[in-house]
Amino acid sequence: MLQVNDLHVTVDGKEILKGLTLTINAGEVHAIMGPNGAGKSTLSAVIAGKDGYEVTQGSVTFEGQNVLEMEIEERAQAGLLLGFQYPVEIPGVKNIYLLKSALNAQRVARGEGEMPAPEFMKLVKEKLGFMKMDASFLQRAVNEGFSGGEKKRNEILQMLVLQPKLAMLDEIDSGLDIDAMKVVADGVNSLRAGDRAILLVTHYQRLLDYIVPDKVHVLVDGRIVRTGDAELAKELEANGYEGIEESVA
Amino acid sequence: MSDTQTFLDTLNARSQQRGVEPTWIAARRQAGAARFDAMGFPTRRDEEWKYTDVRTIAQGNFALAENADFSQAQAAAMTLPLDAYRLTFVDGIFSAALSDLESLPSSVQVVPLSKALADNHEAVGGPLGRLTGVEFSTFAALNTAFMEEGAVVRIAPGTVVEKPILLQFLSRAGTPVMSHPRILVEAAGRSEATLIEHYIGEAEAANFTNVVAELMLDRGAILNHYKLQEAPLGDMHVASIHVEQSRDSRYNSYNLNLGGALVRNDLISDLNGQGAETHFYGLFFGQGRQHVDNHTKVNHNAPLTFSNENYKGILDDRAHGVFNGKVYVKRDSQKIEGFQSNQNLLLSDRAHIDAKPELEIYADDVKCSHGTTTGQLDEDAIYALRTRGIDKATARGLLTLAFAGEVLEQVALDVIAERVELAVAGKLPERFNLAGLVETAAAFND
Repeated sequence: MLQVNDLHVTVDGKEILKGLTLTINAGEVHAIMGPNGAGKSTLSAVIAGKDGYEVTQGSVTFEGQNVLEMEIEERAQAGLLLGFQYPVEIPGVKNIYLLKSALNAQRVARGEGEMPAPEFMKLVKEKLGFMKMDASFLQRAVNEGFSGGEKKRNEILQMLVLQPKLAMLDEIDSGLDIDAMKVVADGVNSLRAGDRAILLVTHYQRLLDYIVPDKVHVLVDGRIVRTGDAELAKELEANGYEGIEESVA
Repeated sequence: MSDTQTFLDTLNARSQQRGVEPTWIAARRQAGAARFDAMGFPTRRDEEWKYTDVRTIAQGNFALAENADFSQAQAAAMTLPLDAYRLTFVDGIFSAALSDLESLPSSVQVVPLSKALADNHEAVGGPLGRLTGVEFSTFAALNTAFMEEGAVVRIAPGTVVEKPILLQFLSRAGTPVMSHPRILVEAAGRSEATLIEHYIGEAEAANFTNVVAELMLDRGAILNHYKLQEAPLGDMHVASIHVEQSRDSRYNSYNLNLGGALVRNDLISDLNGQGAETHFYGLFFGQGRQHVDNHTKVNHNAPLTFSNENYKGILDDRAHGVFNGKVYVKRDSQKIEGFQSNQNLLLSDRAHIDAKPELEIYADDVKCSHGTTTGQLDEDAIYALRTRGIDKATARGLLTLAFAGEVLEQVALDVIAERVELAVAGKLPERFNLAGLVETAAAFND
């Protein structure tokens, strides 16, 4: 589904990713872990198309398409969706409007036509319920005045409505208390499907108790230095990243 | 030849064509001409015109229209699709063929000024010019010198006018012409009405409209006043609106400016009786090289009066906007509340705004605030929307509309809100205000 090959990325002239290679197949859940500054967020930002990241070498391919040549919205329309670590507040734009505009933009891009309003409302209501969110959320401006936990739930709500093929979740657990984390994790787990993949970027192992990954990658200094299964995350929790960094050096 | 002479020559030629007029009209006309001649057109050295250069008007050569010929089909395409009592003016000349006053109740008069003068000029002579005298501005003086046509609206006490009253001003392409419409509204006690001024025309037009509106609200009267200015992009548009409010009256102004090359609005409300309340909602959208100037003033002349003003400016390309809002509190007008906000959004690096909020307070027990901000679209928000699959143009449109939202939400007439929405944000997936949709959502909860 997603192939990242020998990816080198610089930000403000400084090389952050230094030859990252990663393959994610349909049906898999991957977790990328690593210390601060290793380049975890850079990877998902580059795949989503954020400005300010210069790819100097390597490629990113999603279902055979060259992601790096696609517009930001085309990536989302193709099924690549990024859940933000710090969701942006968008005053004046109601949640319901974002959801509807986004869903219909994606459907129209795929040649499916807009979803009829009653069907849309039924879908949104169901997903809201799943995320234990009140219907009043729909009327509020996107993330404006939301608590940290509400913002993260809102990111997952968007995922549930938009049903991406590859959901990338950047530090989705940061700032969550244990109850909120369970709700968020349930939301993410509900996305697991044979034709879908999930990429979790996280600093802590804690999240992986709730969303058990198929593969865990350790990212240190711009490269994946180790790959394993869920057990690797527990090992990191016990020993930290230091040992791994030393073994690379 | 001075700039004023061209206009005075046109005025003299017109006077010779015109028959004998009642003395008071002739005298006012003369006073207007004299005042216009004495003042001349304002320059940027005048404080009130510091940011607005009117040379394109002063140096223009505008004839007076000779007829109101306009095709029905073309007019229909420009007319707001609203069930309304409608008077239509083509380049300032009344068109009976394009007007419709069917089923107007006898408690409401909606009459072209020419007819009101012909029927009973003395009834017009009292109120006309009482709020906007020739000394108000060069343009008010010029209007008074030229005034012939416009609308007189009289609403009887306690009358609730169910349908809006639409005054439609169409601007034709061809030889540039000028018009000086005069609007007079007398809303009697506890009456309630919606008045719409709509300016629109042929794309190639380059005319000059100089309108003066005097609105008098008697005790407890409510007037919703929409001014939808969608004049052709070559038109010059100058408007002076003066509102007089008696005790417990309520005036709601929706001043929506989308068109015109050079636009200047002066909106003044005199709160003369306790409990009088005025709301100024404004939105101006400029693109290309449009220049849009809004000057507003609220005079709290009585205690226990309330004013709230919210003006939003959106400027693209090399457009220039001006906002000058003044709140004046007369000596001993205690316990008044006056709020004012002006926010501007610049969509391009070359767009420009001059914003000047002013407070002048001569009472000590008042609650007043004002503020102005200017910013640009939030690039992070555009990015966030695009990562959800929304294209860049739609994302920008959504955010622009979100900015205008506070004002647009106040526009109760959907037809008008949608036109403004389309103009400022382009075609979006659907109506921005999704209250109805959320009601549908609530219905699902049942």
